[in-house]
Amino acid sequence: MGSVMQTVKLDLQDQTVREVNQFLHDLGPSEGIEQVEILHPQGNHSIAVGMDADVEILIRGHAGYFAAGMNKQARVTITGNVGWSVAENIMSGSVRVKGNASQSAAASGHGGLVVIEGNASNRCGISMKGVDIVVGGSVGHLSGFMAQAGRMVVCGDADPGLGDSLYEAVFYVGGEIRGLGADAREEPMTDADFASVRSLLEHADLKHPLEKFKRVASARTLYHWNTDAQQEY
Amino acid sequence: MENISLSLFRGALYGKLSTIYLESSASGTSFALLLACNQFEPCETVYLEPRKQMCGIVGLLIKPKPLRKQLGRLMVPMFNSMGARGPDSGGCAFFHEPTPASQRRISLLVSDRAYDWPSFEAGLRSTFSETGDTASQLESTENHAVLTTTISPAEIQAWLSAEEPALRVLSVGRSIEVFKDIGHPSEIAERYHFSEVSASHCVGHTRMATESAVTPEHSHPFTAGEDFCLVHNGSLSNPYMLRRKLEREGLKFETDNDTEAACRYLQWRMQQGEDLSIALEHAFEELDGFYTLLMATEDRLSLVRDAFACKPAVVAETDDYVAISSEYRSLAHLPDADQAEIFEPQPEEIYSWAV
Repeated sequence: MGSVMQTVKLDLQDQTVREVNQFLHDLGPSEGIEQVEILHPQGNHSIAVGMDADVEILIRGHAGYFAAGMNKQARVTITGNVGWSVAENIMSGSVRVKGNASQSAAASGHGGLVVIEGNASNRCGISMKGVDIVVGGSVGHLSGFMAQAGRMVVCGDADPGLGDSLYEAVFYVGGEIRGLGADAREEPMTDADFASVRSLLEHADLKHPLEKFKRVASARTLYHWNTDAQQEY
Repeated sequence: MENISLSLFRGALYGKLSTIYLESSASGTSFALLLACNQFEPCETVYLEPRKQMCGIVGLLIKPKPLRKQLGRLMVPMFNSMGARGPDSGGCAFFHEPTPASQRRISLLVSDRAYDWPSFEAGLRSTFSETGDTASQLESTENHAVLTTTISPAEIQAWLSAEEPALRVLSVGRSIEVFKDIGHPSEIAERYHFSEVSASHCVGHTRMATESAVTPEHSHPFTAGEDFCLVHNGSLSNPYMLRRKLEREGLKFETDNDTEAACRYLQWRMQQGEDLSIALEHAFEELDGFYTLLMATEDRLSLVRDAFACKPAVVAETDDYVAISSEYRSLAHLPDADQAEIFEPQPEEIYSWAV
């Protein structure tokens, strides 16, 4: 017997975030629920945090802080804007924001894919640890601060301080870079880089001319303590 | 309370801990640790609320004149919702049509909720009747009152110091009225009937005190000079340096609050002839710390964030209004909020809207 695609609608005008999240946490493979729609998010915080189920979640409207935080497996889409720390510490699955994202999008993300179709604000991808991030618009200042692993594609511009003190994460910027942070440097794009960007844009379902992208990675001068630098970085 | 929670937490860690679940709460950057532990029957939930500098700010400017009578009704849900960020005190400055040039509105505060305003008014009238004052009007609500008068603010202040030392002047100007008090913002909004206020623009604040006492005087908005007020989310690291500098210039302070220093600093610069945007450019150099500052004069609403933009702010603008808040959720109820142009102010950029 083939499973029937089942969609459940939850309305945050009738239920609390806690109740909605509990429902989401209780989802098991046996229920056969493949899609959950969440209505009237109204900027509430912490919607769909801590997911660990292979379902599609559609949040219709603007969400507040921590939307889809700590996500595993789930494919979450927010049709509006999100507040601070969307997809914070994402492990796997994907989170898509159709509008703009506030600060610290995908902060410390370990895996999965985070797509911001609009702009992402300050500190996007701060301390990222393996997540892939694709931003259709621009990113705010200090994005990719101390980023350890993973890739971030920015189709628009990057505000000052991009990649400050970064480790092994790599950034691709399609627009203007308004300033690099300490130890971040622009490097030539290799064929492998172009292939990375092409594949990430495809996964994100976004388009941008490939030849525009510049690669930013660590110069690795901060990896070892240098007494001569007198702490002047 | 916090210590008890912490020791429970440690107990849980050393005991048979089955799960620790880090949960983001609805109050923004504060968080709660949910512990499910075999040691406790039934499962214990321990909330750890670290003292974070929260506070909420709200601002609303209504563009079409006929809609201004709705300002109070629209701002109260904004203000109440930001009570989650700042539950210990709150306040709001409302800007009305200016009085004739000869008159001032003076907002007054007294700690006694049963204060005898009629005898205050009688005392005022008998003192100033010889100077020909017949036009003074007093509107009181519990421990607040707004005096509209032709008597000069300096004369009123001198008389208050001599005769009614318990009274504080919260604001002076032709447009501004200020209400602020301790308690949950929703109680304050109800006490002073914010929902009935008709005004062109307002600036509100919900406080979670971190650096000075919780009193009505330490609550925001702060005012300096005439028709200028400021609310602040964040904390300054050099308020005493600023204060010493301004005191040498002859300025007087009413509290030890860091925001008062920023407010008086900006007003002092404006007094030297600078407009607010030039004063703010200097403030970027001289204020050290974290801040989102929302300011109002009789004809403008202005907003800035510090260089790191660690403290939040969201602006929603439509043809009818400019609404500013710490978080979008307090703007979601506004008409057409989901269609509004929504953006976050950039660090060290000055945003200003004319009434």
